[in-house]
Amino acid sequence: MDKLFDVELTARLLQLDFVLMALGAAAVLGLVAGALGPLIVMRRMSFAVHGTAELAFTGAAAALLLGIGVSYGALAGAVIAALLLGLLGGRESERDSVIGVILSFGLGLGVLLLWFYDGRSSNKFGILVGQIVAIEQQDLELLVGSAVVVLIVLAVIYRPLLFATVDPAVAVARGVPVRWLSPLFAVLVGVATALGVQIVGALLVVALMVTPAAAAARVTSSPWRATVLAVVFAEAAALGGIVLSLAPGAPVSFFVTAISFTIYLVCRVIAYLRGRQRSLRDLSGSDSPRAAVRPS
Amino acid sequence: MSTTGTGEAASGTGAVEMEGAALAFGDRTLWSGLDLRVEPGEFVAVLGPNGSGKTTLLKVLLGLQALSAGTVRVAGTAPGKGNHRVGYVPQQRAMDQQLTLRGRDLVGLGLDGDRWGTGLRGMRARRRKVDEAVESVGATSYASSPVGVLSGGEQQRLRVAQALIGEPDLLLCDEPLASLDLTHQRTVTELIERRRRETGTAVLFVTHEINPVLPHVDRVLYLVGGRFLIGTPSEVMTSETLTELYGAPVEVVRVGGQIHVAGAQSALCEDTVHHHEHDHTEPV
Ligand SMILES: Nc1ncnc2c1ncn2[C@@H]1O[C@H](COP(=O)(O)OP(=O)(O)O)[C@@H](O)[C@H]1O
Ligand SMILES: [Mg+2]
Repeated sequence: MDKLFDVELTARLLQLDFVLMALGAAAVLGLVAGALGPLIVMRRMSFAVHGTAELAFTGAAAALLLGIGVSYGALAGAVIAALLLGLLGGRESERDSVIGVILSFGLGLGVLLLWFYDGRSSNKFGILVGQIVAIEQQDLELLVGSAVVVLIVLAVIYRPLLFATVDPAVAVARGVPVRWLSPLFAVLVGVATALGVQIVGALLVVALMVTPAAAAARVTSSPWRATVLAVVFAEAAALGGIVLSLAPGAPVSFFVTAISFTIYLVCRVIAYLRGRQRSLRDLSGSDSPRAAVRPS
Repeated sequence: MSTTGTGEAASGTGAVEMEGAALAFGDRTLWSGLDLRVEPGEFVAVLGPNGSGKTTLLKVLLGLQALSAGTVRVAGTAPGKGNHRVGYVPQQRAMDQQLTLRGRDLVGLGLDGDRWGTGLRGMRARRRKVDEAVESVGATSYASSPVGVLSGGEQQRLRVAQALIGEPDLLLCDEPLASLDLTHQRTVTELIERRRRETGTAVLFVTHEINPVLPHVDRVLYLVGGRFLIGTPSEVMTSETLTELYGAPVEVVRVGGQIHVAGAQSALCEDTVHHHEHDHTEPV
């Protein structure tokens, strides 16, 4: 058990090149995931993120089989998924089932592709649950490049996108091009998902893209503060997860998801305690004529 | 659009110009032959029972709904082309409880929510403007609460602030007084009236109740079951004209400067079966 928290060993491992590379990749992913997260949560796209990740897996599996970089395969798969979901799942009522349909087919196809592949089996496992040790220089370059593009586009469209997300009726009336903002955002999410697939794996991307933002939404209702918090939480989960996994040599994915989940629980507890404080104050003859927050 | 931001469009250009406008869904005609010209600075109240096409009229002016016939111009251009000069208070609907959005953020979106880029410059001026707008509708005490947990009336006041903060030349309000108590009805009405007086903003004000806005109303557009009337309140709001419009006996009573329309509800009973709710979805 003391292997779990061997500080000395961790410090030594932290000097290795591949570890630093992994931390760099995780830092970039945390930033992108945290920045997109609050909008993903408000647009109710958690399941879409999961579906996109499965298609990124399919793309990665195809790339593995064809011998091209897994990063490119994942990126292609995720972007195609985002476009498909954007095209087929236009209606709110239909989106859920369309994602389920595409997701399951993509996953099945990926399994077949992996069956054809007769290289190292750790590669196969890696794209499902993460393979941070396999990040190479060229992957990192692609990662940083796509992350920069995602962040720039997000910065440019942020206000209209927020408007269209929280207040579509008035946004449309003000001339915000809601119709193409949605698919554009889906593509941004797709690219970010593809990055995540290489680090925490297709099955666990949601832990970085959704959980930190969901946690942030519990403790603040300011969009700006929620974004900053989501970035901090995602970084804590991504970087913390890698560091903790070093000494025991245990899967990164476990630590990333565990940290992320813990943060979420803590935020829920904080929200609960705050809510209770407030209702106690209101009960004991409050000075304000109205409750700041009503029970839902 | 050739506005300079003063609110006064070029001479001869109305804030709204509709000619022979008609709107039909399938074989159901909401209204037809509508000629409506709204001058800058004019306050037009739009009255009529549920389902008579009031909301749809505003959608036409926003460029969200095409006419079946006729022409429409808003500030001299096609509707939808100059929408950052148009303020819109939508008909009330519940907001998502889980939104990560405070009241003041909702108001701020009315200021620059349609702009590209980060907008990090000018944050201080922006904050001051939002504070003022929030204050002007008396929403300061709850502006930092999540919008989703606010009451309908509180959300409504924020929406008025959201529409006014953009300094519109044309203000389209869809039943903005619904679910407001009398004090706040007056607050909201006076805000809109002040905007109109000081900057010449034209106002199209859909309402169920004419009395809260009666002192400010220049003209009334009264829609009933495919027919309509346009005129000053004293022309339109009489027993004879409304009886003719409804095609059923309607009595207009004036008490202490207020107008009460009696019989309009029962006159419409057989007519309201298929439009009891305004819950059709927005074209998003
Ligand atoms: N896009 C549409 N397609 C078909 N019918 C519509 C559409 N939009 C509105 N309607 C119908 O037009 C009628 C008028 O609606 P609305 O303008 O909301 O009435 P009001 O605001 O006066 O209550 C309603 O019966 C509504 O169902
Ligand atoms: Mg309506």
